[in-house]
Amino acid sequence: MADPMRVRAAENGGIVDVKILMKHDMESGQRKDAAGKVIPAWFISNINVKANGKDVLNGQFGPAVSKDPFLNFKYKGAKGDKIVVSWVDTKGDKRSDEATAS
Amino acid sequence: MNQQRRSLLKYSAVFGLMASAGLISLAQAQEWNKAAFEGKSLDDVFKILGAGSPDKSAAVTLNAPDIAENGAVVPVGITTTLKAEQLAILVEKNPSALAAQFFIPAGTEPFVTTRIKMGQTSNVYALVKADGKWSMAVKEIKVTLGGCGG
Repeated sequence: MADPMRVRAAENGGIVDVKILMKHDMESGQRKDAAGKVIPAWFISNINVKANGKDVLNGQFGPAVSKDPFLNFKYKGAKGDKIVVSWVDTKGDKRSDEATAS
Repeated sequence: MNQQRRSLLKYSAVFGLMASAGLISLAQAQEWNKAAFEGKSLDDVFKILGAGSPDKSAAVTLNAPDIAENGAVVPVGITTTLKAEQLAILVEKNPSALAAQFFIPAGTEPFVTTRIKMGQTSNVYALVKADGKWSMAVKEIKVTLGGCGG
C-alpha cells in the first residue's frame, strides 16, 4: 500500500480550495540506474476527486508530472464537504484518502 | 527488463478486464489516454486530442516561472475565463509532450496547478477545451538543470 496523501480543503466564499500532495516516485522511464539499465516507468496515471460522492475533478498524468505530485484546484462547495481523493498508478496500485472542507 | 515489460502488459490486460467487468468505478476506468501520453511531438498530441491547431487566446492564462532552476519540479498552473471542460499541459521538448490532462465537471473552477518535469528549456503549452473548441497559451520556461535524464 502506498503512503498516504496530504489533502487540505478550505472553503472561502462558496469556493472550496483543495490542495493535494500525493506520495509517489513518478518514475519517468527515462532514468538509468547505476548499472546503466533503464528504470522502467512507474507513475500515477489516473486521479479522481469526489466531494460528497460527486466528481469534482478527474485527471490523467503522464510520467512528466513531478515526483510527489502536487495538485491544487477549486470547486463550488461548502464547509463540511467530504472530499475523497483516489489515484491509480501504472502498476495497478491504488490509494484513497479523505478530508473535510473547513 | 523484458520481464518488466511483460508484467506491464499483463497489468494493462487485467485492467481492461476489470473495467469491462465493472470492478473499477467509471471515473477510474476513464481510460488512460495512452496514445495521447505517448505522442512524441505537439502535433501528435494535438491530433490525438482532436485539438487540430488550437488558437492562442488571451482568455487562457499559464502561470509558470520564467526560469526554473530545477527541471524536476516546475510549478505550472492554468486558469481561464472560458467555460472549460478539459485542461491539458504540454511541454514541447519533453520525450512525450503531454504532461497532464484534467477533466473539469460543472461546478469546478477552470483552475488547476500542479508540478511537472522538464528535460530542458522549452515552450510550455496550456490547452483549454471549452464549447468543443481548443484554445491555448504558450510560455517559454528556461531550465537550468534538467529533470528527465539520469
